[in-house]
Amino acid sequence: MSDKQVDKLGGVETTGHVWDGIRELNNPLPRWWLWTFYATILWAIGYTVLYPAWPLVTHATRGVFGFSSRADLRTSLDDATRAQARYVDAIRSRSLADIEADNELRPFAIAAGAAAFKVNCSQCHGSGAQGGNGYPNLNDDDWLWGGDLSSIYQTISHGIRYEADADTRQSEMPAFRDVLKPDQIKAVASYVVSLSGTPRNPELAVKGKPVFEQNCAACHGPEGRGGRQVGAPNLADAIWLYGPGEEAVERQVESPRHGVMPAWQVRLGDTTVKELTVFVHSLGGGE
Amino acid sequence: MLDQGEPEVQKFDVEPVNAAHVRQPLYAARQKVFPKRASGSFRRFKWIVMAITLGIYYLTPWLRWDRGPFAPSQAVLIDLQHRRFYFLFVEIWPQEFIYVAGLLVMAGVGLFLITSTVGRAWCGYTCPQTVWVDLFLVVERAVEGDRNARIKLDQAPWSGRKLMLRTVKHGLWLLIAAATGGAWIFYFADAPTLLRQLFSGNAPAVAYITIGVLTATTYTFGGMMREQVCTYMCPWPRIQAAMLDENSLTVTYNDWRGEPRSRHAKKAIAAGQKVGDCVDCNACVAVCPMGIDIRDGQQLECITCALCIDACDAVMDKTGRERGLISYATLSDYNTNMAIATGGGAHPVDPGLVRRADGSFSDRLAHFHLRKIFRPRTFIYFGAWSLVGLVMLYSLLTRERLEINVLHDRNPQYVLLSDGSIRNGYTVKLLNMLPEQRTFKLALGGLDGASMTIVGYDSEEGRSFAVPVEPDRLLTLKVYVKQDVADVKPGSTDFRFEVHDMGGSESGAYRATFNAPEGSK
Repeated sequence: MSDKQVDKLGGVETTGHVWDGIRELNNPLPRWWLWTFYATILWAIGYTVLYPAWPLVTHATRGVFGFSSRADLRTSLDDATRAQARYVDAIRSRSLADIEADNELRPFAIAAGAAAFKVNCSQCHGSGAQGGNGYPNLNDDDWLWGGDLSSIYQTISHGIRYEADADTRQSEMPAFRDVLKPDQIKAVASYVVSLSGTPRNPELAVKGKPVFEQNCAACHGPEGRGGRQVGAPNLADAIWLYGPGEEAVERQVESPRHGVMPAWQVRLGDTTVKELTVFVHSLGGGE
Repeated sequence: MLDQGEPEVQKFDVEPVNAAHVRQPLYAARQKVFPKRASGSFRRFKWIVMAITLGIYYLTPWLRWDRGPFAPSQAVLIDLQHRRFYFLFVEIWPQEFIYVAGLLVMAGVGLFLITSTVGRAWCGYTCPQTVWVDLFLVVERAVEGDRNARIKLDQAPWSGRKLMLRTVKHGLWLLIAAATGGAWIFYFADAPTLLRQLFSGNAPAVAYITIGVLTATTYTFGGMMREQVCTYMCPWPRIQAAMLDENSLTVTYNDWRGEPRSRHAKKAIAAGQKVGDCVDCNACVAVCPMGIDIRDGQQLECITCALCIDACDAVMDKTGRERGLISYATLSDYNTNMAIATGGGAHPVDPGLVRRADGSFSDRLAHFHLRKIFRPRTFIYFGAWSLVGLVMLYSLLTRERLEINVLHDRNPQYVLLSDGSIRNGYTVKLLNMLPEQRTFKLALGGLDGASMTIVGYDSEEGRSFAVPVEPDRLLTLKVYVKQDVADVKPGSTDFRFEVHDMGGSESGAYRATFNAPEGSK
């Protein structure tokens, strides 16, 4: 290690390190490099004085500038709120039809509604509002309780079969397990399937027609087209909330399931509900 | 051959600071170079090049170009805010940046072409570093005087006069530097507006910051670092070795006629010694802005500014010898002549061998001929350069100013409607890339039994819509396409969104997919 020599060519001392006969020169660092290095040290010292840096027991040093990323975020959020105020105020005060007709308000309401939908609605209706078994698809043109602006607004505001809200939409299909005989249930299910397609046993479907007229037509209508006053589904279209086919219909006739949707007016406030309404209405099936 | 008496040639006491035998280590302090003013044809040419390049740089942003009411009227404008680049009749959108990339490729190959023919002409004449250093040297000479006066001033202790001269010099340098940065920003905004804002203090902060940064770099590179930028910072001197070959013209000291050099030719001849044309006056070293001695041969530092040729030619004129002791020459010619002068390397240079008895040059000497420019290497470079240029030009002249992009909704992929038909949602983007209002017809191509609706356009379902698009804008549409239950095919079906300009001939199409459940129908 102490084998220091001076290189003949460059007149530079060697470090004494030798690898396979190759000696390492002890060249000094380039000046510009050294000064840059010193400058970064000075910078770092200045930085730790001016900005939050040193961790203490309960908090870090605050720095001369008093900078805080949390306060920065607060300011940014406040700025965003202020920038949105013009639209939010307009949405609060204007009617749903007005909002939808306005080329500035509509995109804002749809964007805001989409964001609120992702947080509050997508758990049941899906992130694309495509629904699922027992949860209505909001993109299509089949509406249980109506698909115009005021119906959608009413549904979102007060929910469906939501006990805590006095204005909630309310209806219940009786369980026909105790009313109809098993072969009657099979027959009526076959008839319901025949309204929009081909049942497995057309003769059975014919037998089911009188059963339907006696027991079901009151709510679902004589032709099975449903009734929106009571949220009775249209049985004559291609869309099946609880699945297509005889078995699914039989299950629903025997012991119906009923969806429950919470009321959102109280939780989200009127403006957000309006935005959600415009958003849902824009999904392609709005009436 | 030297019989007209001892000529009056000024001799310079100068050491090249960058010669191989005194080469500085990288971390040593810079040794100052005090280039003497040169005059001659190359110097004149450099003045002209300087005037042209600086003129282009400072005046371009002020050129106007009428593009109608919906686009800026600045001939060359890089509009970062709106993401547009305007160059005379060309408007480039961000996705057309390929044209700028093509220009850069052409610049690169063009540099290879120039270098392989006339050496580092870019470095010597047109490189901004060279042009600005030249400009800074003009100021320095005007304030402090030529080489000797500057050396004297530099070595003199600080005095009122020195302080005054230095202040004036650095003040002027800073002024030029600020004007350099100041001109730069005009390429990025409307020049007259920005100029007013600049002086009324209303310009954006980034404008002042840019001026500040460019002022600092121009001042440092042009005034302080000068030749060090070329020698230590620039990569081009390293790459050039691969671009030069034995047929490239470079600034060459023709030692086959210059050596042995002698300051006292007459005495040497009288003593029976052989004497070459070089009178060892060091004029070539004194004018060199890079601080080298060209007589050491080709070296990395040489930017081929050719000022040493001017300096040497003047001396040759004065001493009554032929010009061209230092000249643009190719390595192959030089080697031929060197072989003649040294008897094929058998002995040191004997300048008598390259001349006839009457003192004129021998016919056997090789001279540069224009045909040396035409060789496979330059043909390949030129071919590549023109190929890129022609392809870019063709593509530019035939490019569409109307574009359509379509994004299928990811979720849901399709929607079953109550009558059994299937609906798909799309985001359609129409680009009107001309600065004028246009109406596009958006239509479905293929997909039997399909119709579409556009959100916000209250009209019936149909297979085509007329959509007005603002000048120079992108329009985003939400489009629902519905296919009748009778026509729905399971899985995905290809179709096209077609668009054409209703007032012109441009058209475009986008291949899209219509999705239906696998088991449908």
